[in-house]
Amino acid sequence: MEFFNNHKKLFGTALVLFITLTIIVAILPAINNQQNNAPLPNAVKLSEEAFLGKQSFIANGCVACHTQQVRNVDMDKVWGNRPGIAADYASATRTSLWINTATLMGTERTGPDLTNVGVRQPSVAWNLLHLYQPRTVVAQSIMPAYPWLFETKKELNEDDVEVIVPDEFRKGVQGKIVASKEVLHLVAYLQSLKQTPLPDGKPASDFLYQKKKQESVNAQSEQPSLLPDGNLLYVNNCQACHQANGEGLKGAFPPLKGSTVVLGNDLELFVNIIMLGYDARPEYATMNAVGLDNKLTPEEVTAIVNHEKTSWGNNAKTVTLEEVKKIMDYINVTAKK
Amino acid sequence: MENNTLLSETGIIITLVLIIIPVITALLIVIYKIYGIVNGLVRKRELEKFNEYFKGLSQEEVKQLEQRKRELEFALSNNELAGNIKISDSRGLIASINSAEELRFVEKKKKSQPRPYIEPKLSRLILWYLECAVFWLIFGTTVGEYVGIKFVAPDVDHISWLSFGRLRPVHTNAVFWGWASMAMMGLAYYVVPRISNAPLASIKTGFYSLVLINISVILGSITLMAGINNGGGEYREYIWPVMALFGIGIILSIWNFIKTIAHRSNKEIYVSNWYIISAMMFLLVIAVVAYWPGWQNGLGETIVQGYYMHQGVGMWFMLFNLGLMYYFLPQQLNKPIYSYSLGILAFWAQILFYTLIGTHHFIFSAIPWWLQTIAIVGSAGMVIPVVAGTTNFLMTFTGSWHKLSGSYTLPFYLIGIIFYFTGSLQGTAEAFRFTNLIWHFTDFTVAHSHLTMYGIITFMLWGFIYTLVPRLTGKEPSQIIVGAHFWLALIGLLFYTFPLMYGATLRGLMWMEGTKSFIESVELMAPFWLWRAIGGSLMWFSHILFAYNFYVMVKSKEKTVIPTSPAEILLAKEELEKQALTN
Repeated sequence: MEFFNNHKKLFGTALVLFITLTIIVAILPAINNQQNNAPLPNAVKLSEEAFLGKQSFIANGCVACHTQQVRNVDMDKVWGNRPGIAADYASATRTSLWINTATLMGTERTGPDLTNVGVRQPSVAWNLLHLYQPRTVVAQSIMPAYPWLFETKKELNEDDVEVIVPDEFRKGVQGKIVASKEVLHLVAYLQSLKQTPLPDGKPASDFLYQKKKQESVNAQSEQPSLLPDGNLLYVNNCQACHQANGEGLKGAFPPLKGSTVVLGNDLELFVNIIMLGYDARPEYATMNAVGLDNKLTPEEVTAIVNHEKTSWGNNAKTVTLEEVKKIMDYINVTAKK
Repeated sequence: MENNTLLSETGIIITLVLIIIPVITALLIVIYKIYGIVNGLVRKRELEKFNEYFKGLSQEEVKQLEQRKRELEFALSNNELAGNIKISDSRGLIASINSAEELRFVEKKKKSQPRPYIEPKLSRLILWYLECAVFWLIFGTTVGEYVGIKFVAPDVDHISWLSFGRLRPVHTNAVFWGWASMAMMGLAYYVVPRISNAPLASIKTGFYSLVLINISVILGSITLMAGINNGGGEYREYIWPVMALFGIGIILSIWNFIKTIAHRSNKEIYVSNWYIISAMMFLLVIAVVAYWPGWQNGLGETIVQGYYMHQGVGMWFMLFNLGLMYYFLPQQLNKPIYSYSLGILAFWAQILFYTLIGTHHFIFSAIPWWLQTIAIVGSAGMVIPVVAGTTNFLMTFTGSWHKLSGSYTLPFYLIGIIFYFTGSLQGTAEAFRFTNLIWHFTDFTVAHSHLTMYGIITFMLWGFIYTLVPRLTGKEPSQIIVGAHFWLALIGLLFYTFPLMYGATLRGLMWMEGTKSFIESVELMAPFWLWRAIGGSLMWFSHILFAYNFYVMVKSKEKTVIPTSPAEILLAKEELEKQALTN
């Protein structure tokens, strides 16, 4: 056939076919998306520090292991309150002359998703320690350590942020370990990663592939476990700082083992700390409002309280859901004001 | 209960079948070899038994045997027709005849075919491409090995330039743009002029292209390690000026090739050239679309990313390699391709379906649902070109299977073809929505990309290189070391991928279950990451052997050979006389 023996026609046809398909499947959808899209009205713009931190996030290739997308499937519920939508990424534009738009959605979840990490883990002290050496706070972590983002100084200046590193992880580093500008920016970026709630009145789309509720079976076999799994809640919400053994980290996070708050009878103080955070003891880092940020329910708080009261050798009287509910109702009323 | 429902999912069943196929193929090759060895041993034992019996033969029996021997040995004297006229073989029809005397542990493989004439300058250009490619293979996989070790020992170093997030793209890009791309280009510089039956338009341009591509990969690796990258899309990590150098290199070569094809002395354009030229054109389109600054805001970036990374794999590496396969496989088997029209069908079907499937990397994401569905449909459509291509290659093999055991290059071809089938269809199975739930974001993707980029592309390239280089240099590697390279690479790949796929499935199920914390899924993967490091080490070691083989083919000194064939004797005589003259 003439067509097959004419290189101009043959290669030309292949090229035109490919370009046509490219336009249909990539170029038009992409253009359509960037034209008919805007950030949610209540979305918070990245601060200057956070933007610099994002560039550090890009430079160090964090996207290799951390996604930033909540899919509309049930298993992704742990990473956000609602599935991600195009508007969530609309504010990302070309980063610089050299760097493309970085939506940083990622394709690998070797480490946890970071869409909502600013809510889940807002503590500056924890993030700095974790970046200096992840295994100080999460023993099983395989995340790289980033000690080159920190400086060592003999004397602290006024605005220096010191990181208290446990001795076994100092590896012979003398002096005070101080966070660099870059790592503070990086933490600012991580703190800024929060899912924007949909504007009022708009329900989020559902998560697909919902798991069937199996709790009814459990409830019958294990009385009175109407409460969720306290251990799992502890691991997901508290363990990063207070550690698996409940002993915390010296100079950063207080122990819960043998703690007077945990063992004592002042339930109101205990629940208040979980829900609203705590900053009464200068020898430890500030605790954020873990409960409020993560929207813990009274059931979940009760489970956590009881887990902490009965673990690591702690042996205090457990509390009931009603007691916690009463305090939580009060907190929710005041927190809204 | 859980297992039963899992095993009834189509995607899972397909994947399991696909995983088993290469294993069975490898087993068959092993069984075939072992059968040969055992058979030899059995016969030897039989012979010993007979020897005992022969010792006890009587005089009478011996006489009878001798008598029969004389009768059987009766033969014509071979000059009944010719009489006393001198016999000659003026066309050299009686070529060398190999004979085998002893039982061999390793079968003697067929030697490389006598080389056709290739312009020495062109041959140098091709070898330069391949040498650079081998360097990038060693570099890239050394980095990969190190990155794999970091999963097991995250504190092995604390140097910013060597941290995981920066080294991972160095590994992927070095093996993509360094190893595979340069090897493909080098081979194309042989294939395109040969099937056009015309000299290459410009050898110099070929060198410029090579230099540009090399500079691109060098600069790319350095900038990535220094923390300068394009903003985190896989295989799009080089910043645009670096990738532009690569693109210009490709433009030079494509100009070179098209000019060569335009001056072809045969009428038709062999299908290899369709694939090769298209792959190069498409790469340029992909690169321009993906790197053009000034667009891709918001999710646009992700849509383009899905398109880019998958077209990079399917339209550049796969299409190019298929083109090379359409040339080298018939060459190696010494017969035409089974069906030329199947090759053409696969060509158009590949373009049609492959272009659509990019976004299947972002299923369930915020990308428009219709685009995700198109990607899934396109992934299913990929069955057509893959089955067409595989059938074509395997049918070409049919009738020549006996050549497999007697060749040190063909096993690379076969494994490449098998993985082409299983690896590509595995991609289809992974794109189904349910399988995507389990496997997306896990190391299953990593295993898949190694099954394809390594199992398909790299194995094919090795086969082609072992075929071509001895033709250019006239030197062959030791077949035992080639065998070691083959088996280490194959076994290493299986050790690498299988544990990862198994562990990733467990991890995905754990995530779906939702009753364990995330960090427990990290702990769960620890043993599988160790296996990956072990498999990776085997693969890495096989590359060292490959590099050595390559060295032997290219640089080794001529062995002292005692001339035997008439040509050699004459050459040696001539040389000696020359020496005598100069002395």
